[in-house]
Amino acid sequence: MKKQVSLHYEFLKGLWEIHPIFKQALGLCPTLAVTVSAINGLAMGLATTFVLIFSSVIISSIRKIVPSQVRIATYILIISTFVTIVDLVMKAKFPELSKALGPFIPLIVVNCLILGRAEAFASKNRIFRSFIDALGNGTGFLLGLLVLGSIRELLGTKCIFGFQILPDGFSTWMVMILPAGAFLTLGLLLGFANAYTKWKKEKSKKEILITN
Amino acid sequence: MKKILQIILVLTFTASISGFVLSSVNNWAKPFIEENRIKAISQAIFQVQSEGMRYEKLNLEEMDVFEVFDENDNSLGYAVVHQGNGFQGIIKLIFGINKELNRIKAIEVLEQVETPGLGSLITEDNFKNRFKNLNAQPLIKVVKDRKPSHNNEVQAITGATISSKAVARIVNEAVEKLKKFNGIEK
Repeated sequence: MKKQVSLHYEFLKGLWEIHPIFKQALGLCPTLAVTVSAINGLAMGLATTFVLIFSSVIISSIRKIVPSQVRIATYILIISTFVTIVDLVMKAKFPELSKALGPFIPLIVVNCLILGRAEAFASKNRIFRSFIDALGNGTGFLLGLLVLGSIRELLGTKCIFGFQILPDGFSTWMVMILPAGAFLTLGLLLGFANAYTKWKKEKSKKEILITN
Repeated sequence: MKKILQIILVLTFTASISGFVLSSVNNWAKPFIEENRIKAISQAIFQVQSEGMRYEKLNLEEMDVFEVFDENDNSLGYAVVHQGNGFQGIIKLIFGINKELNRIKAIEVLEQVETPGLGSLITEDNFKNRFKNLNAQPLIKVVKDRKPSHNNEVQAITGATISSKAVARIVNEAVEKLKKFNGIEK
């Protein structure tokens, strides 16, 4: 029997250890494209998390009856159903946000984060465990988008969520709200994340050496 | 054989459930989406014809033109939706014009994909206000590096001359087209 890890860890791993953006580098296309402002990042993160949780739960619950030959087709069918629901609900109730996110809501269908979690986790684990895993990964994705969106909005327009934070004298960095700013910010954040992991690893190695 | 049957059953089952769920959600969402669309249009119309109380769509080919009336049902002029090429893509805008088609009342940008921070400044009040009470006859002209000296002139946004010119061109085109229709509508 496979060793079971705690549910607690199942959630937390999505926030750092296998963080969808900074560690798995999944779903980078929406990450780069929609994060011109914190609110866009938040909305995209929520929409993706919603789709991720529901499709993970459904996929996990039918994992035993889906033949492996058609599993991808079935997963995509389930994922696209939830994406279309999100798209319609947003168009009906949040037309402004739906306009701002444009084609990126329908494109959640092909966000490899969702199919990735379905294939790697939900199709092999129990329903509740898949739910926790999806929640963790979704939250990680949401936080990543929020950080990226906040940095770009702050430097590009002096605001976060539309509230001015930096003083009037600060001259805005136009590049941050252009696509190039997305690549720069994401690249730096990825670099920091990796540097931190490396530093921590070496530190723990040294500690082991000292205690021995 | 059993495998094939299972494949067919699973796919049919998931697809029909998905179809059923989506059609229900769509039925629920449709009236809201339609309402939002109408709300957005009427909001834009009353933004460019601020004294308007009600509007009527005119039956013109290839253009969305609305005649706007004030509280005493007098015609105030028109609200015109028109689009054209900007710097990076289509700019769609709506503007209000008086009945004689020679004075712009206000403009609103409905859709644009101009460069953020430069061309996208055409959506800011600072630029849109330059079109308030602008003469549309003779045609609107965009000027650069100097203050407008005639009342059919608009100052371009620094760094976004093409977007500014595009807005003026779209308005001019619409006015020209509208002049051809004028008198035969209704």
